Amino acid sequence: MAQVRELRCRECDRTYAVAPVHVCEFCFGPLEPVYDYDAIAASVTRAGIEAGPRTIWRYSPLLPIGDGVERVDLGTGCTPLIKADNLARELGIKHLYLKNDMANPTHSFKDRVVTVALTAARAMGFTTVACASTGNLANSVAAHAARVGLRAFVFIPADLEEAKIITTAVYGANVVAVKGNYDHVNRLCSEIAQTMPWGFLNVNLRPFYSEGSKTLAFEVVEQLGWEAPEHIVVPAASGSLLTKVHRGLSELHRVGLLDTEPATSIHLAQAEGCSPIVAAFRSGIDHIRPVKPQTIAKSLAIGNPADGYYAARVVRKTEGTAEAVSDDEIIAGIRLLASTEGLFTETAGGVTIAALKRMAAAGAFQDDGRVVALLTGMGLKTAEALSGRLGPTVEIQPDLEAFRQALDFLDLEGPA
Amino acid sequence: MSVRLKVPTQLRQLTGGAPELDVEAASIRELLEKVGGDHPELLERVLDEGGEIRRFVNLYVGDEDVRFLEGIDTPLKDGEVVVILPAVAGGQDPMPS
Ligand SMILES: Cc1ncc(COP(=O)(O)O)c(C=O)c1O
Ligand SMILES: [Zn+2]
Repeated sequence: MAQVRELRCRECDRTYAVAPVHVCEFCFGPLEPVYDYDAIAASVTRAGIEAGPRTIWRYSPLLPIGDGVERVDLGTGCTPLIKADNLARELGIKHLYLKNDMANPTHSFKDRVVTVALTAARAMGFTTVACASTGNLANSVAAHAARVGLRAFVFIPADLEEAKIITTAVYGANVVAVKGNYDHVNRLCSEIAQTMPWGFLNVNLRPFYSEGSKTLAFEVVEQLGWEAPEHIVVPAASGSLLTKVHRGLSELHRVGLLDTEPATSIHLAQAEGCSPIVAAFRSGIDHIRPVKPQTIAKSLAIGNPADGYYAARVVRKTEGTAEAVSDDEIIAGIRLLASTEGLFTETAGGVTIAALKRMAAAGAFQDDGRVVALLTGMGLKTAEALSGRLGPTVEIQPDLEAFRQALDFLDLEGPA
Repeated sequence: MSVRLKVPTQLRQLTGGAPELDVEAASIRELLEKVGGDHPELLERVLDEGGEIRRFVNLYVGDEDVRFLEGIDTPLKDGEVVVILPAVAGGQDPMPS
């Protein structure tokens, strides 16, 4: 792993050789890769990146994988950044962009972390990979593992949406449904990781895995013509994505790809039924009080978020805001996005849009700066959240008169 | 009141390699104090200077995170299993120099 010299504890600065370790054995603080930024700055250029592959691997100098390493790659990244004028008008936002990460191979941003983590896992010699997942990670690990013939074990809460289970099992992964919530699953995985020689993405491979999320920030900046936006709205479960988006922005400046340190405000979105990071942010304390999740946004249902402490600090430091939204707002957010921009996002995206709406109403974007909202997962996987609420407009017999009558009826009712 | 403490791999060098310790204790606090008598460094890794559970440490009694119970004052019943686990974080905020 050429550009990563070592792993370093974020809390106490102790260093470790590059290996599948994830917490400092002294203080249990998180370990993260240490890059030689000066060496990277000396060789990386905008033109070099633009000439790279149309995947996240165009940013390989800032990923924890060496040059010669064979990649586990399904073609993730370079997803569209869409100017969303209809939704912007609806919400009273001047410049709104949507990062459509539903366009990834397994339809969520998790493909970014998985392509990096499984590449690292293979380079380290693991033949079995595993993860604790709220669904999207499971999809992605199963797909990438299938592609390169790794054995995969994915651990999920048993009450996950059926579509997420099917779209994982189809790749041939071993799907372990655990009778409990994500926090139970996560704890079980920490214990299994101590006894099995497996590469656990969110345990012993976590320092490598989480780095993949930086590429969302890299792409947004490149797509805005190498400018950082004034605002980014990020949905949070563990808080890892949010902290890494922030890290990615800073790194672009550190290696000279941006002339100035980005002044981007990072805003955080959670569901009311699972909002421990919002609560910590609001109360002004750094300590995360774990909660028992109760929300339709199952992909964000992490009650004891590992990176919650850092996420709350990023929001505070960048002068962002944090909002928690109800299940009804989530559904309304999904429908608003679909009907204004033609994009069908999952419940986590509903959280993002509903929070975006609240933030706009509260004046968070009064500077009229560019606002980028991250759409991290796609609607078909959580379609069941809408069942009973949406269906055919009318049902009729197959004859012209019946249709005429239906049209009259609809007219009488008026457009909804 | 005999309870069992499960020690994670990262801390086993402080218990002479033992993955589990059996202790007589009626609360988490008493458990940690007793273990701390034999293994002071272990105690130091679990509690901060103010005697609170460290940010990156999770303690469980059976299935439950003690933060949902009474924290360090959570009472223990005979035969209960207490687990120490790292909170598994991986993020950061300020840039390293
Ligand atoms: C669709 C979607 N968005 C956002 C997130 C949040 O990710 P993080 O755990 O890094 O905060 C997840 C996590 O599972 C997710 O599935
Ligand atoms: Zn440390």
